[in-house]
This record gives sequence, C-alpha cells and structure tokens, in this order.
Amino acid sequence: MNWHLQNLTQLQNSLQQGLIDSVGLTSFFLERISQLKHLNAFLDVQPETSMAQARQADLLIREGKGGPLTGIPIAHKDVFVTKVWKSTAGSKILANYTSPFDATVVERLGLDGAGMVSLGKTNMDEFAMGSSNENSAYGPTLNPWNLERVPGGSSGGSAAAVAAGLAPIATGTDTGGSIRQPAAFCGLTGLKPSYGRVSRYGMIAYASSLDQAGPMGKNAKDCSLIMNAIAGHDPKDSSSLEKDNEDYCRHLGKPWLDKNNLVDKPLQGLRIGVPKEYFSDGLDGEVRTAVENALRAFEGLGAVCVDVSLPKTELSIPTYYVLAPAEASSNLSRYDGVRYGHRSADYKNLAQMYERSRAEGFGAEVKRRILIGTYVLSQGYYDAYYLQAQKIRRIIAQDFQNTFLECDVLMGPVAPGVAWKFSEKSSDPVQMYLEDIYTLSPNLAGLPAMSIPCGCSTSKMPIGLQIIGNYFSEARMLQIADYFQQASNWHLQQSPLLAPPASNGEVS
Amino acid sequence: MTQREWEVVIGLETHAQLLTKSKIFSGASIAFGASPNVQACAVDLALPGTLPVLNREVVSHAIRLGLALGSKITPVSVFARKNYFYPDLPKGYQISQMDLPVVVGGSLRIDVNGQEKEVVLTRAHLEEDAGKSLHEDFAGPHGELSSGIDLNRAGTPLLEIVTEPVMRSAAEAVAYAKQLHALVMWLGICDGNMQEGSFRCDANVSVRHQGEIKFGTRCEIKNLNSFKFLEEAIQFEVRRQIELIEDGGIVKQETRLYDPDRGETRSMRSKEDAQDYRYFPDPDLLPVNISKEWIAQIQDLMPPLPAELRGRWQTAYGLSSYDSTLLTQDRETAEFFMELIEKIDQSMVKAAANLMTGDFAFALNRDGLRAWQSPVLPVHLAELLKRLQDGTISNKIAKEIFTLLWERGQKEPLQLEGVVDQVIDQEGLRQISDTGAIELIIDEVLLANTKSVEEYRSGKEKAFNALVGQIMKTSKGKANPAQVNALLKQKLTPT
Repeated sequence: MNWHLQNLTQLQNSLQQGLIDSVGLTSFFLERISQLKHLNAFLDVQPETSMAQARQADLLIREGKGGPLTGIPIAHKDVFVTKVWKSTAGSKILANYTSPFDATVVERLGLDGAGMVSLGKTNMDEFAMGSSNENSAYGPTLNPWNLERVPGGSSGGSAAAVAAGLAPIATGTDTGGSIRQPAAFCGLTGLKPSYGRVSRYGMIAYASSLDQAGPMGKNAKDCSLIMNAIAGHDPKDSSSLEKDNEDYCRHLGKPWLDKNNLVDKPLQGLRIGVPKEYFSDGLDGEVRTAVENALRAFEGLGAVCVDVSLPKTELSIPTYYVLAPAEASSNLSRYDGVRYGHRSADYKNLAQMYERSRAEGFGAEVKRRILIGTYVLSQGYYDAYYLQAQKIRRIIAQDFQNTFLECDVLMGPVAPGVAWKFSEKSSDPVQMYLEDIYTLSPNLAGLPAMSIPCGCSTSKMPIGLQIIGNYFSEARMLQIADYFQQASNWHLQQSPLLAPPASNGEVS
Repeated sequence: MTQREWEVVIGLETHAQLLTKSKIFSGASIAFGASPNVQACAVDLALPGTLPVLNREVVSHAIRLGLALGSKITPVSVFARKNYFYPDLPKGYQISQMDLPVVVGGSLRIDVNGQEKEVVLTRAHLEEDAGKSLHEDFAGPHGELSSGIDLNRAGTPLLEIVTEPVMRSAAEAVAYAKQLHALVMWLGICDGNMQEGSFRCDANVSVRHQGEIKFGTRCEIKNLNSFKFLEEAIQFEVRRQIELIEDGGIVKQETRLYDPDRGETRSMRSKEDAQDYRYFPDPDLLPVNISKEWIAQIQDLMPPLPAELRGRWQTAYGLSSYDSTLLTQDRETAEFFMELIEKIDQSMVKAAANLMTGDFAFALNRDGLRAWQSPVLPVHLAELLKRLQDGTISNKIAKEIFTLLWERGQKEPLQLEGVVDQVIDQEGLRQISDTGAIELIIDEVLLANTKSVEEYRSGKEKAFNALVGQIMKTSKGKANPAQVNALLKQKLTPT
C-alpha cells in the first residue's frame, strides 16, 4: 500500500479499520527514511524507540483508548528537544546533545498526549537561521522535487520529509518564515500560529519574541488535527496564551457566513485583502500568476478581493534582521562549552575556552547573526538600532490592524520565487535575507500565517500562496484553506519521489 | 595650599536574598547548604529549550519593601537581560531589571549617635543570583585541569536596594545597613543571614573637598557581608583616596574588593575593563502588571513598622527613644512586647519595657535565644508585673523571681497561670509591708549598728543609706523600701 500518499484522516481510518497497525505504518516509514537517506532529511533516527512507541500505540488503539492521531507517525524538527533522539538544532555545538526532557510540543503529540509515534528528528538550518537549509552543520537537505534545489528553510528537513513521503506530517518552527517558505518550496500546507498559541518550552530558542511552532503537512485538515494536539496554554512558557485550546476543525466544511442554506457559494462574504506591496517588482512572474489564479479561484468560491496596503513591508527586513539577531545573540550565549555541548580541546584559559569552543561550534551564519545582534544591543547603538526596530515593529503590527478593518484575511505570495539551486544565493547573505520579504512581517506582528500550494513553475517546482489572518483566527484560516483544497488539487501534486512509488530513491 | 576639610560620599547597593521556597524563575529549592548542583533544575542549568517562569512571591516581597519605604511601586515592571559571560552564569545573561524596577524612590530614617537622618533610595529591583565557582582541582572533558561550578545558588531571588549617594560617613553607612537589615527581616522578606550571604552590600565611595558640588571619582567595594567589614572597608577606602589625592594622584574609577585579613581594599577591575552588558527586555518574560488590588492586598497584611510602634509607645506610655528602639530591634521582640502590654495595666508598661530590655534581653542573649524561644512567656511576665504593681514584691525580688522562672522554664514548660505566685510562696518572697514587722527589723539593726546611728546624728547623711542597706539585707530584700525609709527616719529623729 502507498501509506505515504495518505493524509492523516485516511491513515486514521486505515488504523481504525485494521487495514494496518501502527507497527506496520512505522516500519513502512522507517524503511522509506532509510531508502531515501541521500535526501539528508533526518538527523537522527532511532528505529527501536519508534517501534516501541508504535507497539504502545497499537495497544491503546486495541483498548479503544486511541484518539484521532494515535498510532500515526510524525517527524520533529531538530529544534525541539527530545529525550531519546539527539537534539542539535542543526549545530555542531550541540552534536550528541540529548535532553533530559521532551519539548512540550513533542510531549503533547507523543504517547502521553495525542498518541503519535515519533520517527526522529529532521534537518534544519543551524539554530533555525536560514532560508535554504544550507546552514545545517550536517549538510543540507535536498528538495524531493528536484535534488539540485534547496528545500527552503529553516524547517527544510521537515518539509522534505513530508514531500518525499518519509513522514505523513512533521513539526516545524517559524521565526521569519521557516514553516511557510519550505512548505511553499516543497508543495506542503504549513501553519505558523499566532504568537503565544503553541508552547515554546523545549524549543531551542532563536528569537524568543518571534519563534512559534506549527505543523507542516499534506493539507489544511491535517494541520488542524495537529493544532488540536499542540496548541493551548503551557505553564512552563510565560509567553504562551492563557486561553483554553479550541477545536481547529470546527469551521471545516462550513460556509464562511455560517448560514447554511442562505448562501450559494461557501466563501460568500469573505473579504480577501491583497497587499499591493506583496506584488512588487521583485516577484517572479510565474509566482505572481499562480497567486493571482488562486485569488480568482477564491472569488469563484464566493470571496471578494480588496486592494490594501502594508506600507512598511520593505522595512520588515531590516527590522527583523535587527531584532532577531539581538535576541539570538543573547539566547545563544548559553552555548559556552561550560556545562554541555562542544568544548574546544585546545585552550589555555577561560577566555580562550569560550572563544575556541564557540568559534569551532558555530557556523558562519550563526556567527554573523551573533555579531549583528551584539552590535545592535551595544551601548551607543541600542537606541539607533534596537529601539528604532521595536518602534517599526509596532507600526507594522498597527498597519496589519488597519487592513483588517477592510478585510478578513490577507493573501499574497510566500516567497518571491520558487526553490533555488544550491549555492545560488549562499554567497550573498543580504540576497538571501531579501527572500524573506513576504514572510517576516507576520512574525513581527505576531499574526498567524500559512502557506498552501497554489501552482507549479515551468521548472516543475511548487508555488505557495500565503494566507495571513488576524490574531487567533487560525481555525478560520484553516477553513478557507480547506475550501481551496476542496476546489483545487495543487496540494495533491506529488514530488517525483512519490510518484510513481516504485521508483523509490531512483529519481535523480 | 591651605588644608581643606574632606567630605566623604557614600552610596550603598544592598543585595537581600528573598525568603521564598523556590527560585525566582524555576521551581528548584533555594535551601542553603545542599550538595553541589542538587538544587539546580533544567532551567537553572540553562539547558536548551528551557524558559523562565516568574515566581510572583518575589514581586510581593519587593512590593512589601516598597510600601515600608514609602516608595513608588511601578505599575508595569519589566525584566531585562544583563549579558556577560562567566562560568557560574549558565545562560550567559542574568535576568535583572533595568528601566522599570518594581520599587522606585522612597527613604529610610536612620539614627547616628542621636542624630536623625533620611537616607533617600534610588530604586529596588529584582534579579537572579549566579552560581558559585569552586576553584579546586576538577578534570574537564579532555582531562584538563579545571574548576567546578555549583549552580545551587543560580536563580536565587535577590532584591537589589540602591541608595542615592547621600551618606557622609562610614558610621552613617553602617547605621543605614543595620536599619535596612532589621527592616527586611521585620518584613519577613529576607532571613538576614549575612554569613550565608543573604544580605550583602556594595559600597560606592568617593571623597571631595567640603563645599564642592561635583562628586569625586568613586570606587565600588563589592560584597561586604558584615557590618564590621562594611565599616572597615569604607574607612580604609576613604583614607586611601584622600592620601592618593593629597599626594598628587587621582582616583581611578574601579571595582575593589575588601580583604578583611589585611584590612585593605584591592583593585579588582578598572572601568576600562567594564563590560557593556547590552541590557534589553527579556522576551521570555511578559511585563509584570502590578495592580492596585495586589498592592492593597499586601498593604492589608503588612505588620506595623518599627518606627510606627516606637512613636506609638513613646506617646502612649512615655517610653524612652532608647527603650523603644531596643524593643523594635526585631519583629519577634516587638510582638512579644505587644503581647505583654496587652495583659498589663497601662501604668506598668514602662516597668515592662525595663524588664524586657534588661533582665529578659540579658537572659536571651546569654542563652542565644530569640524572643519566642524564651522559656518565660508574656503571660508570666504580666503576672510578675502585677505582683510588682500591687506591692506583693519589690523590684529587687522581681528580678530574683524572673531568674527563678527562667531556670524552671528551661527544665520544663511553665504552667500558664499562677506560676509567679507559686514561686513567691514557695520561696517566701512576699514583700514585708507590715509596719510592726519592719520596725522589729529596724530595731534589731539599730542595736547592732550604734556607730552608724551616731554618725548619722552627727550629720553624716551617708550613714542613713548604710542603715537602709543593712535593714534590707536583714529582711532578705523583702521589706517594703518606702516603708523602711519612712520608719527609719522616724526612729532616728529625736523626739
């Protein structure tokens, strides 16, 4: 059976009907992971633990104690700490590090929570800093759609794993686009929830005020199911929202206006804001066309498009690249070689131990951001950079609120182009930063945003549509995305590694 | 050049360890003296993925101090990161407060040799303590010689209380430190144990010529953990700075350490090595909203403050400033005294104060006890004072009975009622107020001391006192002294 082609609902049915058990599913995916090792999507796999979890999940299902996700395998981005699997955050400085506890997200999805089986940890840009996965200390993950191209980043390993059918779904984290951009590059549906929705406890911090975890899967409904498991207040994270968790599936399949018999089109009444700044010169023509076609499709479903403006969109790049490195420079100070992680073998005194351990342990992009962050927080520069950026951050958030007076959601591209070829942009960091232009501002504002597949380039690479909602409107965004997916089949496109399945690993 | 007077300028930064069960940002215990690192949890070790969660009790403690000092309580207080590398600082930054500390302003009244003075405070902010480096021989991961780190103390809640540079002598600084020490203990927010480092001071010291407006360059002397060291360190530092300037040198701004064995301060690091701490608001912690309700709740449960009690006692009972200060030295003593005066007549409060600051304080001190550990309770002292009031016993006998009560109480708990009367009866200590009985004793003494009688009659007033002494001695102190005086005078006056 092609278990890797099934979405979560199908897998759930298969498990419940006894067509397969969790042990069978888990070994199937572990087998695929080992067959497609050359993708470098996983950093650590512990088959014995996964299989043990699967056996327990089967027990739960047999005893009738299973939930909708029990027994279904999942892959976790290596940014989440885990007890069994190594937790490196893609960095050499944490090579061989294992945590004494599981991250809240991992715990909530695991056997003591939703009952899912962990397949292991996926590759990522070091400390989630990057847009191409080329910053992983363990080599980049390849894009299953075209092995010469990047899978996006920083959650590139998770994106590739799902796109190549190595896992039915995966977790990711998004600080400036790290769920949405790889989802777009690999043809997946990915959701970055509102800041505070999902606990950051056990997520290796990059930029604390921006980091947020979310699902990366085959469709909107799969993402809703994962949200049901991971969202909700965590007393271990002060920034997590003190709100009861909600059912993210509750709007699925219901018309936007929720007046069942009075509307002829399901999304009638939905106002889609189209920010003109998201369609500027830098946008690739094919991406523009695909996004515009998607907007037409939404109109076909009853929505109306309104032109809006987010005037500070361009400023989101310098703002983000001041604030995120500032927080990172401090967050990464704990990797000092004193208590855990890499310590240089060659030092004569304390200062040298710090310098060499960190110089050897961190990669170039991480060092660059630590330097930038240290600089912008320094005496004499703090006001000009950090405080100024905080001001613009507030303006950006306010700009969004102004647009939400005129529309319910915003739509535009996720990235200016499709996945690029390895090394194409890695020599110029600023060029790479510019790729984040459409994804940064929702993080700065703390808004939920998602990426859904909406097209394919002539280079046979998937294109993503970005949906940005107002605070805590995830369930509505998923409803909208789900309707689009009912009406289109972009999300059903398969990477060459999936179709035909017989060609496992043989595609070049 | 004419010799001009020097003026000393001192500001103090005091770290008070807050009395809580757990740390400021984690659930780990803060008990003193555990084996290294057993009281350090994942958050204290700064393991990847951990996050701080504020222990709100520490904010309540800060509010308590703020209310006692008449400070402003910041409605939205913010925690900030102070970034620097040190092995005992696990996160590579200390969570502290910069722009919006919980407590702003306020003042503390001190008394230096009878002179009152108001010490103005700048602020008091919350922060976490660091761990401790153990400079013994440990082996690193590559077998290299290494130091050890004990992170039990990491994350211990501290309140840093900062004064304006308003103190003008070591004596004032010590008086302030003692007063603050008493206050934090009084409020129950700090155990005040200076040996364990629960209360320690950094002194900023500078000198200038009398009348100058600009401050001199200051030096900061770190980690003074006794009042004696605080005084000695400031005195040494003042001498050092004055001598340096008078010899034509200039004071360099630096951090210094006091070496109590040598009685001198030594340079630790100069301003050039001073670090840029790159403070910024901690994104892991939300700003703390301190509502009026929260403050009111704390206010309602605040104990009366020592100054308040002193004023009350001085006006209501005519206690001296000295006695009332002694009685408010710590909250236990004050509460003990308050319970005592509730049980006695207003006219006896002064006698009660004398008893507590005298024999009671002496006995506590001798046996190393705190007020509520005393074997003699307020109810016993009240009974004793009643018997003094109704003339059953004299002052002298009261002291004797107190000693007896104390000794008995140490053997087994005293019964709550009637124990004083029991002792009086058993020991035959009832005062003799019967005129006839006293006259008999006087006659006996006069017969045996004819010399003194003659001396008195020839005009030597002193002889009278000697006779009174003899009479009291013969009566074993039980004769009513007023009656003895009157009757003796009568007998010696020629009729």
